[in-house]
Amino acid sequence: MISHHYRRAMLPIATLGIAGMVLSGCASGSGGTGGPGDAGDPDGIVTIYGTIADTEAELLEESWADWESENGIDIQYEASKEFEAQISIRAQGGNAPDLAIFPQPGLLADLASRDYIQPAPAGVQANVDEFWSADWAAYATTGDTLYGAPLMASVKGFVWYSPADFADWGVEVPETWDELLALTQTIADKTGTAPWCAGFGSDAATGWPGTDWVEDLVLREAGPETYDKWVSHEIPFSDPAIVSAFDSLGEILLNPEYVNAGFGDVKSINSTPFGDPARALGDGTCALHHQASFFDGFIQDPKNGNATVGPDADIWAFVTPSVEAGGNAVTGGGEIVGAFSNDEETIAVQEYLSSAEWANSRVKLGGVISANNGLDPASASSPILQQAITILQDPDTTFRFDASDLMPGVVGAGSFWTGMVDWINGKSTEDVLSTIDASWPSE
Amino acid sequence: MSAFLAWISTLPALAQIPLVLAAFFAVIALLIFFLEIAPRSGRKFTIIRAAACVLIPGLVFLALGSVLWAAAAATLFGALFFYLDYRSRQGAGYLFQLVGFLSPAIFLLAIGLIYPTIQTTIQAFMNSRGTRFVGLENFIWIFTQDTGIRTVLNTFVWVLIVPAVSTIFGLAYAVFIDKSRGEKFFKVLVFMPMAISFVGASIIWRFVYAVRPAGQEQIGLLNQVVVWLGGEPVSWLSNSPWNTFFLIVVLIWIQTGFAMVILSAAIKGVPAEQLEAAELDGTNAWQRFVNVTVPGIRSSLVVVLTTISIASLKVFDIVRTMTAGANETSVIANEMYSQWQGFEVGRSAAFAVVLFLMVLPIVIYNARQIKKQREIR
Amino acid sequence: MTATVPAKLPLGKKDRKQLARGEKLGASTRTKKRLTSRGATIAALVIAVLWTTPTFGLFISSIRPPEQILRNGWWTIFQNPGFTLNNYTEVLAAGNSTLNLAGAFINSIAITIPATIFPLVLASLAAYAFAWIKFPGRNWMFIGVFALQIVPLQMALVPLLSLFSRGLSIGDIEVFASLNASNAYSQVWIAHTIFALPLAIFLLHNFVSEIPSELIEAARVDGAGHGQIFFRIVLPLTMPAIASFAIFQFLWVWNDLLVALVFADGQVAPMTKLLAEITGSRGQDWNLLTAGAFISILVPLIVFFALQRYFVRGLLAGSTKG
Repeated sequence: MISHHYRRAMLPIATLGIAGMVLSGCASGSGGTGGPGDAGDPDGIVTIYGTIADTEAELLEESWADWESENGIDIQYEASKEFEAQISIRAQGGNAPDLAIFPQPGLLADLASRDYIQPAPAGVQANVDEFWSADWAAYATTGDTLYGAPLMASVKGFVWYSPADFADWGVEVPETWDELLALTQTIADKTGTAPWCAGFGSDAATGWPGTDWVEDLVLREAGPETYDKWVSHEIPFSDPAIVSAFDSLGEILLNPEYVNAGFGDVKSINSTPFGDPARALGDGTCALHHQASFFDGFIQDPKNGNATVGPDADIWAFVTPSVEAGGNAVTGGGEIVGAFSNDEETIAVQEYLSSAEWANSRVKLGGVISANNGLDPASASSPILQQAITILQDPDTTFRFDASDLMPGVVGAGSFWTGMVDWINGKSTEDVLSTIDASWPSE
Repeated sequence: MSAFLAWISTLPALAQIPLVLAAFFAVIALLIFFLEIAPRSGRKFTIIRAAACVLIPGLVFLALGSVLWAAAAATLFGALFFYLDYRSRQGAGYLFQLVGFLSPAIFLLAIGLIYPTIQTTIQAFMNSRGTRFVGLENFIWIFTQDTGIRTVLNTFVWVLIVPAVSTIFGLAYAVFIDKSRGEKFFKVLVFMPMAISFVGASIIWRFVYAVRPAGQEQIGLLNQVVVWLGGEPVSWLSNSPWNTFFLIVVLIWIQTGFAMVILSAAIKGVPAEQLEAAELDGTNAWQRFVNVTVPGIRSSLVVVLTTISIASLKVFDIVRTMTAGANETSVIANEMYSQWQGFEVGRSAAFAVVLFLMVLPIVIYNARQIKKQREIR
Repeated sequence: MTATVPAKLPLGKKDRKQLARGEKLGASTRTKKRLTSRGATIAALVIAVLWTTPTFGLFISSIRPPEQILRNGWWTIFQNPGFTLNNYTEVLAAGNSTLNLAGAFINSIAITIPATIFPLVLASLAAYAFAWIKFPGRNWMFIGVFALQIVPLQMALVPLLSLFSRGLSIGDIEVFASLNASNAYSQVWIAHTIFALPLAIFLLHNFVSEIPSELIEAARVDGAGHGQIFFRIVLPLTMPAIASFAIFQFLWVWNDLLVALVFADGQVAPMTKLLAEITGSRGQDWNLLTAGAFISILVPLIVFFALQRYFVRGLLAGSTKG
């Protein structure tokens, strides 16, 4: 009976097995060393894939419209919220776009190390040398090869506040971290409510605003060298420097007296969408909020109450202070343009996007900035963006890219995010950090 | 085929539908025509078969654009028809028919699902770049860290609860509304969640579970109910282990419609004579349900339970969009995706293999059902 | 019934009666009573209300101004009146440089109809073979096909995309040329067809295998081949099962985002893909999704109503035993 069944089972299983082996044995492997080899046709069309969607995508397309007609190249831009997953599916599946705008240098490095990305052509290399600082160039470099040029930038770690309220309470913008804590206590005493509001909610990316906080504190407390080691996992998350940053952050975010203005207790941070504090800032229920330069768009959104942003307006911002007065370290983010094709049209577009000409063309349209040194700060559309450009172009500024965007995806876009959520929910710092360490890629 | 598909893609969208369907049905009709005539004897059929030996390789050439395959097809069909012609005198030839019925589906499954399965299984024992055999390392990694174990346990919880509860609700509802006035309307109400996309469903439940601090106006219905009853608002999705149950509710909400539609159809197939006879015997409604209806729809119940079990094992979107796996709510499919996205192909594949293993009991149960069913016949 | 079962069908009188019963049942008992009992009525109402309330809440939210959605619950719409169609007008105006919502709607239809019919036809052929053609190892093979349901789509996307875009070669010999159709529907059709097959074969096999064997035997004795049996007996008798699977397959394809993200680029993107992009770069406009969800639910509901008459006729499943 058994042998009978066995024999009957063998025929189809063997057939399927052979079919599978044949298929798996001959799937075309990609790669080689030093880039993917030639790809792309000069067909008058260059496809670009990125995360930038909706109105900002329209501005992006507007920014290169003139250049397109002058050069006879049609740039087709496609956006996806699932960019991070899609770009690796497409790269591996052989259906990659000509260019991709990576918001995470870590993802670019991952793809580059798997030989999917073309090394930057000479023209791009020259533009990067001319217009970008060494720090920025390093974020587009893997091994010793430059794989692209930065595109836009944002400065993170602004603390948003109301200048009028500060004047009422008789408080000043703090110069040091301790002063910030003292200021928090003062506001709490004067108003009798929590001064800070925070929101980590962002669907599948819930927790990312928390990583920005941690990065700011690591950079300011432990310095840029430790920050770089942390990013490359030369020191683990359980290192005292990182523990200390979490502890400092806990003095604000885990303190029920200090959070979460307008939204509830400490745990409500996780369930508050990251855009919602804009409304609390605008209507005055929240005194202090930590978020990147893009937040002015949220504050000025009519849905959130039409508050104005500027040094003398309803809401303004200061950079998260350092441990010592006069610190000049900031974290920030941005995009890197990587190429999957190397036909001449793709190269032309890539060069154009790395030029000061494009940076000025895009920044003039409003809403964003670039770290391109050829950028005129006056082109920026708002006071906060002008300040951000000034910070980026200041030679004394120590700039570090958002650590979670540099780390491997499983950590930087995975366990670090969920770790922040768990931490807010009351999991001990030690447990959170060891869980993140355990998730670090195997090799 | 490439050429045909390339040509068709240049047409307006709506014109493509009838054309591609016509082409598809023509191919299927041709296939079935040959299935019919393949084993028949007679000169007419021999001529058709001979023509087919020329036509089919020609079609293969058009479809695949490869001379080699056309030649292979010519050899194969020539040999096959010759063999069948010979065998048909003894009334055989079913093998050809079998191939005709099965091969389109099996071919597509082989390229689209079987090959990835084999590839994934191999990858589960390799490192993340697929360059080195690492044995069970990836599996050890899953089962030696809290989140990995929690993920597997959560998946068990999903697959234990969702199929049972959805089927019970779906069956109860189907029975209750059976033959009632407005049955169609009632069906639509429970069916609606199935028709809503996962994006829509996640927004709906975000509204239901939304929490605002005590004292403020609630915008989440569930917390509003709690407040009306005099309780404190609860953050439903942050407190483990109950948060997993609140996510499970979402899938139950969706899958009950599936259970209801299939089971309602099955209930209508239960012979009325049997129910009437049972009624004449003086049994009450519950006894009739247990003794007549349930045995009558047994095979449909197995199908529904199996399908929902597999859907719960693979649950991804709900967890991804509502918690992204934070607060210990992660499930295997979510971890698999996260690891894969982070280029940890080995670990991701190991999660997939754990998923394959978890479905085995369901497969074995169904295998035994099918065998039993065949024996009855 | 006579419309779908050809007159030549070798059915006995008893079988005909059995077949017609579904219809008869629905008609004759409808007048008898409304719901089986009071308790059942209440239970059904409770379930219906529980299942509908969340959707209803979403519907109310979709016609409220976004700032109100965040301020108070939808059930307070009478205390806090605020009614707007802005969410809908904004969604209808959604689009990007290559595609607007109307185009995406047509794409959705052009993707969904073939991607529903292809797997149904192929799966019913296969289900027939698994159920009624005896061959060695068929149970094992069927179980193998059934078990393929568990393969996570995410794992299958890359190999399939690679096959479409690079073709397949063994050594230097090209087995298939690449499909070379990144701006066409063909990739999505084929992908959806493949991913639907295991479940479709499994479900349809259940119904096909429960056709009374006397019917099949009688036809065979009359000299009908498998092709004839398939068309004259199997297809008409499993039509209700096919219709119900058609609804589900239609829904899955219509609401699918994962497959569309990978295989439907640019001009051929369906509505789900466009709607997923309308919330702005940072997801701040998600109130638009409330309206989007209702626009995209309309077609599935129409399909459900259109195919519902097949359910009333009754599936054959379970009717032959017990």
